[in-house]
Amino acid sequence: MESLNFDLETQTVRDLNQYLHGDAAALAGQRIAVTSPNGAHNIAVGVDAELHVTIKGHAGYYAGGMNQQATIVIEGSAGTGVAENMMSGKVHVRGFASNGAGASAHGGLLVIDGDAGLRCGISLKGGDIVVGGSVGSFSAFMAQAGRMVICGDAGDALGDSLYEAVLYVRGAVKSLGADAQYEPVSDADLDAVRLLLAAAGLDHDPASFKRIASARTLYHWNADANQEY
Amino acid sequence: MDAKPVQFVRMQHEESHGYDRKTIDYIHSAAQRGLYEIRGLGAKRHVPHFDDLLFLGASLSRYPLEGYREKCSTQTVLGTRFAKKPVVLDIPVTIAGMSFGALSANVKEALGQAATAMGTSTTTGDGGMTQEERRSSKTLVYQCLPSRYGFNPDDVRRADAIEIVIGQGAKPGGGGMLLGQKVNPRVAAMRTLPAGVDQRSASRHPDWTGPDDLAIKIQELREITDWNTPVYVKVGATRTFNDVKLAVHAGADVVVIDGMQGGTAATQTCFIENVGIPTLAAVRQAVDALEDLNMKGQVQLIVSGGIRTGADVAKALALGADAVAIGQGMLMALGCNSDSYFQNGALHSAAADYAALGTSPGFCHHCHTGKCPVGVTTQDAALEQRVQPDEGSRRVRNYLKTLNMELTTIARACGKQNVHHLEPEDLVALTVEAAAMARVPLAGTSWIPGWSN
Amino acid sequence: MCGIVGLLVKTPALRERLGELMVPMLIGMTERGPDSAGLAVFGKEVDAGQRKLSLYAGFTDEGAQFPWAALADALNHAMDVTARFDVKGNHAVLTLQGDAERVKLWLREHYPKLYLLSTGRSIDLYKDIGSPAEVAARYDFANLKGSHLVGHTRMATESAVTPDRAHPFTAGEDFCLVHNGSLSNPYGVRRKLEPLGIHFDTDNDTEAACRFIEWRLREGDALPEALQKGFEELDGFYTFLMGTTTELALIRDPFACKPAVVAENDDYVAIASEFRSLAHLPDIRNAKVFEPAPEEMYVWKA
Repeated sequence: MESLNFDLETQTVRDLNQYLHGDAAALAGQRIAVTSPNGAHNIAVGVDAELHVTIKGHAGYYAGGMNQQATIVIEGSAGTGVAENMMSGKVHVRGFASNGAGASAHGGLLVIDGDAGLRCGISLKGGDIVVGGSVGSFSAFMAQAGRMVICGDAGDALGDSLYEAVLYVRGAVKSLGADAQYEPVSDADLDAVRLLLAAAGLDHDPASFKRIASARTLYHWNADANQEY
Repeated sequence: MDAKPVQFVRMQHEESHGYDRKTIDYIHSAAQRGLYEIRGLGAKRHVPHFDDLLFLGASLSRYPLEGYREKCSTQTVLGTRFAKKPVVLDIPVTIAGMSFGALSANVKEALGQAATAMGTSTTTGDGGMTQEERRSSKTLVYQCLPSRYGFNPDDVRRADAIEIVIGQGAKPGGGGMLLGQKVNPRVAAMRTLPAGVDQRSASRHPDWTGPDDLAIKIQELREITDWNTPVYVKVGATRTFNDVKLAVHAGADVVVIDGMQGGTAATQTCFIENVGIPTLAAVRQAVDALEDLNMKGQVQLIVSGGIRTGADVAKALALGADAVAIGQGMLMALGCNSDSYFQNGALHSAAADYAALGTSPGFCHHCHTGKCPVGVTTQDAALEQRVQPDEGSRRVRNYLKTLNMELTTIARACGKQNVHHLEPEDLVALTVEAAAMARVPLAGTSWIPGWSN
Repeated sequence: MCGIVGLLVKTPALRERLGELMVPMLIGMTERGPDSAGLAVFGKEVDAGQRKLSLYAGFTDEGAQFPWAALADALNHAMDVTARFDVKGNHAVLTLQGDAERVKLWLREHYPKLYLLSTGRSIDLYKDIGSPAEVAARYDFANLKGSHLVGHTRMATESAVTPDRAHPFTAGEDFCLVHNGSLSNPYGVRRKLEPLGIHFDTDNDTEAACRFIEWRLREGDALPEALQKGFEELDGFYTFLMGTTTELALIRDPFACKPAVVAENDDYVAIASEFRSLAHLPDIRNAKVFEPAPEEMYVWKA
């Protein structure tokens, strides 16, 4: 299928988003290329159609924000909050992602081939995130639901204040956050990691990942537990 | 002979001002439990407020308007700066953000119906948008909070305005709080939490910090809504002058300022009473900031926190607000702190339920328990039936009507054909503190403390 | 609250184009910082016996019409410093031979409204209120030459929008700092430093950070040690970009909420708050682009 082209040297992000917000049925299956992104913010936000967007370069903040159904590929790096609050669909960053990648995502799949910055998966609400590289500190902070697969290392305070999201880490974890703990890996975990890696196009042995989940000791505030809240 | 200590009889029952019974009780409780107190509503302490201001009604130099034949307009337009579809209201009184979770679904529906009937707006809260509220409220403001519970693009597009919440007056610098007893299955599902757990709070937004990043976030929301929808920015009152300027720089259409008297369903008492500044002090700062930037009229100001009466509304407008938002007052209109509730066609006494909480009508602040005796701030299936949408909306409608009538009565008495023509020069103050905070003269003088002539 | 830009060129040929390459970077940060802008450029060092003072006349009555020639005459008459002025409206770089401190004292005495922006052998500093594009045009930034520079666009958070509160801030000689973020204990830092004889010009939180580093450098710390102490004593959120005669240095606080991105190749190192500002640099497609990690010090030598 032919690709429709938006060049951000001559057209605006607003023009692009306006187009992408058109009739979902008419847009279904279309392929759109965005050239000269030059770090512009808010590229392809609020899309709600089964289309394919390729951003040919570096994106600024919130690329693919609040995505529904679409597949959005960023061939360079992505700024803060890539795929924030995504509901469904897929966002794939071939370079690195800045802070807050996948923040508060409810569904869909975010893949980052390179490293992700701090607070990757913060406030995650059901989405899946697969990072080919490492993630920065405070990742999965207050992650409520969903899964993260980290093929590299993690920084400090991984999974601080974790609810029901589950994390799988292959490399070294600098430190775990409050209420996050290592747990034994089950067959179900191996299957989940295998499928997520396959969806991300990454090749690692699922058995090389450790499982991290909530110890659930912060679920009820009580004085005896010496909690900080 | 024994030396008897001298005792002054009348001083045997002199209460210490600093270590009064309330304080002693606090220390006893802390020693027992090792826990801070959590409660609902807003600051209870006495602070300078609108009560300390008075209007200068018509006299020989100013002429009043007649009651019915001479119109006093109350129409209010919010969000004219960038949005294609600003919010147009019939009255300048809106219903403040309160979450489904803090409040029951029936209450949200009652508020929606009443607002629709009176031509004003309601606001979602920390739990997201319910079907009931969207269906019943003609003009719905959708909050974007640090927690992002339930936040989704479909509701963003369904909203009439979006309110990015940096904080609220009861706890500027703190996030939402909902204890496990109110996290029932429906609330839990909307917030993506396990049922029955205590909800922890995020105090910062997950994907932006600071006004420079807020500018980009506001643009994102504009892009998602194709520039149709006004974006409000809500701040708890602290460094209000700076905050309003920054909100304007970041691109806000409307700024919402919530003073320390603003309510909450659950927060630490020490936070409510000791953090944030009074609404009176904040309004003046907010208006100064807008005037300093020459944005008065382009960016609108909504004021909340302790707005209770039509006179309060009038004073807020006179000081420069474009509209007010009321939270606690609406709950009281529904029956909060009433000794009775209306169910199955009759009034029932709620006395026993207040007593069970260790309180009584007029003193209750137990929203956080979920055991609201009159069914307002509860998720309990039995208790929530004590507010029925029809009766509830009737009460809130009446309250809004009364507020509006009082507002126009005062405006007419000051000679105004439009409530938005009320101005600071229509006001004087009763106390030095109020005069300084509101920057209006002490009654009978031309003195504004701290302001050189 | 702000935008930061930094540029260090690695080839002599590019020194001629330093300003030309930087202006689009600075203007790219206008939305982050619409109120005011400034930069410090490090160029050819003057001789050991000479000094350069960057001076701002915006607070004087004459402003852009300040009589710099008359000042030059008066100064050269008062002392033997062969003062020479390079003027751009309300700004001038004064090059002198001799005792810079004596000249500064004389200036304070005779021209108290003239504002001293920087002192050093290689640094020139410009800052003013106005949009970045206006400030760049006012001082002809596009024609600046040198090995490296540190620039800033400002959205004032707590202190007022005035020229002296714009960044960069300087300390001592040939040192400057720009800041994106907000310190939460600037007044405490100030109260600690003032009794030690450190003088503050403004109530700006960035100045508190700059003076803190000035103090540590004065006490003999090398820059890395000074910054390490800064991590402990300065509270809040910050990305700091600093310049000395020979280096550009960058650090981010542990929370790293304020953005920063670096692009490096054989020709240059460019730093900005957002990639947008780097997008038009030559051969950016093949540059190594990365985000600096929090709490780490990055130093590039000119």
